Amino acid sequence: MRRYVVGQLAQLVVVVFGISLLAFAILHVLGDPVLLLLPQNAGKEEFERYRHLLGLDRPIYVQYWKFVSRAVLGDFGKSWYADTPAFKLVLERMPPTIYLTFSGLLVALLIALPLGTLAALRRHSWVDTLCTAVAVAGQAAPIFWLGIMMIIVFSVRLRLLPASGYGTWQNFLMPAFCLGAALAPITMRLVRSGVIEVMNMEFIKTARAKGLAEGRVVGKHAFRNACIPVITVLGLQFGQLLGGAIITETVFAWPGVATLTVESIRNQDFPVVQCAVVLLALLIVTVNLLVDLVVGFIDPRIRAA
Amino acid sequence: MGTPTQIELAEIGAARSGASAARQATWRRLLRLRWGVGAAGVLVLIVASAALAPLIAPHDPLGVDIRHRLSPPAWMDRGTAEHLLGTDQVGRDLLARMIYGGRVSLVVGVAAVLISATIGVLLGLSAGYFGGNTDWTIMTIINVMLTFPFVLLALAVIAVLGPSLINMIIVLGAAGWPIYARVVRAETLAIREREFVLAGRALGMGHLRLIFRQIVPNLVSTIVVIATLQVAQVIILESFLSFLGLGVQPPTPAWGNMLGEGRVYMLNSWWIATFPGLAIFLTTLVINLMGNALRDWLDPHLKL
Repeated sequence: MRRYVVGQLAQLVVVVFGISLLAFAILHVLGDPVLLLLPQNAGKEEFERYRHLLGLDRPIYVQYWKFVSRAVLGDFGKSWYADTPAFKLVLERMPPTIYLTFSGLLVALLIALPLGTLAALRRHSWVDTLCTAVAVAGQAAPIFWLGIMMIIVFSVRLRLLPASGYGTWQNFLMPAFCLGAALAPITMRLVRSGVIEVMNMEFIKTARAKGLAEGRVVGKHAFRNACIPVITVLGLQFGQLLGGAIITETVFAWPGVATLTVESIRNQDFPVVQCAVVLLALLIVTVNLLVDLVVGFIDPRIRAA
Repeated sequence: MGTPTQIELAEIGAARSGASAARQATWRRLLRLRWGVGAAGVLVLIVASAALAPLIAPHDPLGVDIRHRLSPPAWMDRGTAEHLLGTDQVGRDLLARMIYGGRVSLVVGVAAVLISATIGVLLGLSAGYFGGNTDWTIMTIINVMLTFPFVLLALAVIAVLGPSLINMIIVLGAAGWPIYARVVRAETLAIREREFVLAGRALGMGHLRLIFRQIVPNLVSTIVVIATLQVAQVIILESFLSFLGLGVQPPTPAWGNMLGEGRVYMLNSWWIATFPGLAIFLTTLVINLMGNALRDWLDPHLKL
């Protein structure tokens, strides 16, 4: 187990290094901060002065080192727009993003677990076909369109739910369901194939041979074992899940990191963009690591692989 | 051997039920294939209407008709037969804009997929074939890239490069390669050890010839399937960027930015946001169906 943990941690270090490089390169290699900061009619001397002021005339590896050594301390510079530290701005917006992500996950599981299990137990029945059809359609529907359609139906027509905002449980319903609906198809497929695989195992035969009721065989023996791959894949897809949350946020004006990032891109506020990208990536890496460790702990076969 | 023994009978029985199961599976495959063919037909229609947009569009997609602004689809109360799917806030015909808008999505989808497939296949081949440090480096880059949500990466890069059609193709192309690289690497690892490759090596073939003559032909179907399914993903992302105003800029019609403009007017004019979204949905749906059918047809064992 210790070797496994050390291996995972080493991988984490490499990935974090890669993320810092990427975040740095996006601003400093692809773009020129001075060009973005100064008005277009600024003189050549003005550009040079600013370049010197920001330390941009020094070698790129020196700049990178400065960026990293500051970022480690949570210093991503001040927002060019709001005059507050970028780190503070992003951190404030983190909780709504995390709540949305997890409530979306919850909705997806509430849809996918019963339907996926049912589809697996009644293979090739109409339930299974219906589930497949819904899954195929669900995978093709863009989240942001789904969100807008939900707003038109539930807020504009039926006036049941608020179209945007944050704070009450009503605010949570549509964004969570929207994200959950986007995530449910793939989860359902995982549950279905997991249950099908488990139902063919020896211990299911044993459980049946013992004379257990079918509900108990499925509910206790099959379902629990089918959950392992579902947890693993969902955990490792946390990045994609967060990506879905990013899209959902922008539709419902959810006050999370993604809305902040899009606003900052519009305002050309790069310290904030950079900080948001790094922090979201760190969040993903941490969750991935935790999932790896937990799954490795539960299932020794994964540790060995 | 006179009469068949019990065991032989059992085997024949098993073979029979196996055969009927196989027949059933074939039938199911054909059924899915039929869906795929139908989907391909719809896709051809979508592509043709985008390509022939100037010929079939009922109006100029940029033509402003202020008298008929925000007019609903023809079948509704205040709708006019002149604008079948209604008009937007300045009276531009929605149907015409949707027909033209398809051009952006399809061009970006195909171009970005070509770029990312090329990068991904080359890196995947190198990682799988050469192994060692090359493999380690490429796999690490893949892991870093896969950690980042595709959307976040695209947003960050567009933030610096600025929104435009070309930039969007570059970003989506450059960000999408890891999935190809990972699959191609895994397949290359397996094929590298097969007899015909070993035979080729024994005959003194060079690396390049081994890779492109012996290994690549075995990967074509896998790559085609992934690429098809990826086109749908790229179209969704492209529309999302345009939806946020970070993609194709107005007044050029694109499904995404039409949807974004429609959001502002959704209180009273639901059709502006609904129809472009339906177009995205239908296009990605038929591409996915086609991709799945293609996978079943080319390689039923392939799991993606």
